[in-house]
Amino acid sequence: MSAVFVEAPKRLVDVTIDGATVRVPEGSTLLDACRQQGIDTPTLCFLENLTPVNVCRVCVVEVEGSRTLVPSCSRKVEPGMAVHTDSDRVRTSRRMVLEFLASTVDVSLAGPDVGRWMAEYGADPARYGDPAPPHQAGQRDAARPGEHPVPDGSAAATVAQPVKYDNDSYVRDYSRCILCYKCVEACGPDAQNTFAIAVAGRGFDARISTEFDVTLPDSACVYCGNCIGVCPTGALMFASEYRMRRDGTWDDDGQTVTTTVCPYCGVGCNLELHVQDNQIVKVTSPLDHDVTSGHLCVKGRFGFEFVQRRADAG
Amino acid sequence: MDLRLGVPAPATEQERAAVASVLGPAASGWDGGDRTPADGHMAVGGRAAREQRHLLLPVLHAVQERIGWISPGAVDHICARLTIPPAEAYGVASFYALFRTEPSPVAVVHVCDDVACRADGAERTCQEMERRFGPEGQGAAANGSGVTWQRSPCLGQCDHGSAALIQHAGADPARVVLAPFDPEQVRAALVPGTGVGSGGTAVPQAAADRSGLRLLRRVGQVEPGSIDAYRSAGGYEMLRRAVTAGPQGVLRELKDAKLVGRGGAAFPTGVKWEAVATNPVREHFVVCNADESEPGTFKDRVLMEQDPFALIEALTIMGYTCGARRGYIYIRGEYPIAESRLVEAVRQATDRGLLGADVLGEGFAFDIEVRRGAGAYIAGEETALFNSIEGKRAEPRNKPPFPAASGLFGKPTAINNVETLLCVLEVLRIGGPAFAAIGTANSTGTRLFCLSGAVRQPGLYEHDFGVTLREVIEAAGGLRDGRSLRAVLLGGAAGSFVGPDALDVPLTMEDLRVIGATLGSGVVVVIDDTVDVTDLLVRIARFFRDESCGQCVPCRVGTVRQEELLGRLARGAPLGSVQREIELFADIAAVTRDASICGLGQTAVSALSSALSLNLVGASGQADGGRGLA
Ligand SMILES: Cc1cc2nc3c(=O)[nH]c(=O)nc-3n(C[C@H](O)[C@H](O)[C@H](O)COP(=O)(O)O)c2cc1C
Ligand code: SF4
Ligand code: SF4
Ligand code: SF4
Ligand code: FES
Ligand code: FES
Repeated sequence: MSAVFVEAPKRLVDVTIDGATVRVPEGSTLLDACRQQGIDTPTLCFLENLTPVNVCRVCVVEVEGSRTLVPSCSRKVEPGMAVHTDSDRVRTSRRMVLEFLASTVDVSLAGPDVGRWMAEYGADPARYGDPAPPHQAGQRDAARPGEHPVPDGSAAATVAQPVKYDNDSYVRDYSRCILCYKCVEACGPDAQNTFAIAVAGRGFDARISTEFDVTLPDSACVYCGNCIGVCPTGALMFASEYRMRRDGTWDDDGQTVTTTVCPYCGVGCNLELHVQDNQIVKVTSPLDHDVTSGHLCVKGRFGFEFVQRRADAG
Repeated sequence: MDLRLGVPAPATEQERAAVASVLGPAASGWDGGDRTPADGHMAVGGRAAREQRHLLLPVLHAVQERIGWISPGAVDHICARLTIPPAEAYGVASFYALFRTEPSPVAVVHVCDDVACRADGAERTCQEMERRFGPEGQGAAANGSGVTWQRSPCLGQCDHGSAALIQHAGADPARVVLAPFDPEQVRAALVPGTGVGSGGTAVPQAAADRSGLRLLRRVGQVEPGSIDAYRSAGGYEMLRRAVTAGPQGVLRELKDAKLVGRGGAAFPTGVKWEAVATNPVREHFVVCNADESEPGTFKDRVLMEQDPFALIEALTIMGYTCGARRGYIYIRGEYPIAESRLVEAVRQATDRGLLGADVLGEGFAFDIEVRRGAGAYIAGEETALFNSIEGKRAEPRNKPPFPAASGLFGKPTAINNVETLLCVLEVLRIGGPAFAAIGTANSTGTRLFCLSGAVRQPGLYEHDFGVTLREVIEAAGGLRDGRSLRAVLLGGAAGSFVGPDALDVPLTMEDLRVIGATLGSGVVVVIDDTVDVTDLLVRIARFFRDESCGQCVPCRVGTVRQEELLGRLARGAPLGSVQREIELFADIAAVTRDASICGLGQTAVSALSSALSLNLVGASGQADGGRGLA
């Protein structure tokens, strides 16, 4: 049950998208307008419940009169804008962004959309040559800004590195990190206000990090798991899921999702319990839920062990 | 936000003292001082505490200078004092190349190996450094000397042929610039108070016929450390004139002058100032962009070192016109001499009532703060610069909104380059229409050219717009040693190479646009037939890979892929074929130009693009290096 606020009606703005006139409320983004038209627009760093950071650039469109392409996820509509979403320029840039990411980052768990877009735009991440050997633990975290070993180009640089598994709740596999800033926003001003993680370093060495790369238990992290909830690539993952994937027992198709209400306090967060073989394997919350906007606290996110301590289990 | 503080090794007394040298003593246990029982009866925090974030860079500088690195204990203490989450403070400290976040020798020698110095044999200097101090980047432990050295991007001393900056930490910290640089000098430079320093840049025209000089008028004529000398040379008359004309009058002159920015983007200055002046949102800020980090550029440094009061006066006029009470000068950390002259100029101007609560007795208030950068080319991008002043990582913001709507601290802000601001004084001195009569119809006034490389007299030159490249090179004495011209790097690393066939193109914005080049920050690196152009390109590619902020995918990965590709071409080991590499580069170039957030990514491929089309790229290090792939 939620209150309905009647807002003053918004002025409508006309823009043309690929030749068709689209009428959207003032303040909408070009992405909203594209979606209203049913145009499949790839996005990676955008999420409905976070402030747009417009860094991945996969959502770019061509706006007539603009020197460069513009990110549709953050650019607001202006009356009379003429937008092209499928021009050569747009297709090239989207293809290259996908190719750049897939040639540096392990996107195998980034969801079906990414694979579909890569096929649609013809991304070929293999054309930069063989990937360079993975980094040692801590090597990327020690990179100094403004310095790097000069490559001879015989191998393509990647962010591959060992998984950070330093607590019982979740792991950080930054080989899968596309640096979309979502976890930083969720941990910081957009949800949790804990600021346990931030972007450190610069350029290709930029990375998500705690202060001085201390372990999560030594950081400000409160294990709300909201960073996991927004991570699009599987870089942040429940330890339970990580272990099962590692052991080859993770089975998406064998899982059910049960929606319930968190039993711990009176806020009323919706929980989605992902269950496999009668065990809860991870917990999420719907992004569009009025109470949570997808965000939880440590109790709702990780406090499910007691459910599994059944007499028959031991 | 809930700060989680406390680290195994808390800040030392020295670290605390360094922080206190900027912030003053801590008021209570709440902000990092000693806990007393009284602290239990109050609470400190919230917005007011968080609003001190802009002091983060000054405090990090203080610790870096005193200790030589920024330890976890120091970060923890800084975070307590400024109410900043440690992860964020670390994110900031690890962004800037002049900060170190691991234990470090007290002396770090940054040896320029960038385009201009490189063309003059910087690699030989680096080899000599290696012989004396061990491999680049290795700690003092390895050589027992307390000194480490590393290659550096351009230090803004390009006319000297070689340059180094020494960061020397300690109770009496120093930043010493040596230009030209000889590794022999390092030891002597580490003795405090020996006064070794830059030889100062040649302004050859200042010794000859000065009649054409406008922006360089006072250089070498007026003592830069004295406000009286400046005033007796006509200084502060333009501020008087501006106040008499009123903000509207100043704006009209600027528009009549058709003055456009000299920092790279060539935006009309009058339009920019008017947008801020007329913005109903308060408060307003004005900023001078003195980050000058485009390789090959040193003009702003010369202006600030030789004529600091002119910049202070011009910024005061800008503040008056734009309705700002506060102005900032953001100067790169590699310019210690210019910075100290500006700080001294601000002090003297404040003493004389030319800054402060009642400027000139005219009833308007204006103050200037000088902020120091910390080694990041990207901090010169205007919105990244705002973030840096605000105590954040220098990541550019997406535009719109533009600074005139939302700039420093989210307020309407006008920002201009140093040279642009000096042009404003000239506009007021001779009047807008007279200024517009200099140069060409669309490129008005004079322009500063930073000449380096294979010319007889490198240095800073001023010419009326419309001058050709040939004339600019000839004014600098022509090519050295009877060499022949291979190419010119115009506009710096973000600019492009032009060949000898462009010698007669007038260096105006409109003429250069036709040949796909730009003047950028006035860089003219002259390259003769002894220079390996591919080696310069490899350096440029390294520069962009190092200086990308890393925010957006096209630039973060594109600069890496460009560098790898060039590495293959330089080794003569293309993937597949040269043709395939050229196609690959076309794709890399397309996305970085078209989809990057800011000008860094958008121009990162420009030098290589131009070199490819001039057929200047070839396997490096060979006798025919730079003769081309074809
Ligand atoms: C990567 C990058 C670096 C820049 N560095 C500088 C700089 O060091 N100094 C400067 O004046 N402008 C620099 N600019 C341009 C500024 O963003 C801005 O356009 C300029 O300060 C505006 O001043 P103007 O109108 O007087 O030219 C840079 C731009 C980019 C994209
Ligand atoms: S679990 Fe919560 S507190 Fe910890 S890093 Fe993620 S978002 Fe931040
Ligand atoms: S860890 Fe995940 S959410 Fe965070 S930046 Fe990387 S990909 Fe994005
Ligand atoms: S183009 Fe490069 S420097 Fe500019 S925002 Fe993107 S990553 Fe940062
Ligand atoms: S989704 Fe728009 S820039 Fe990432
Ligand atoms: S100081 Fe060396 S290139 Fe500028």
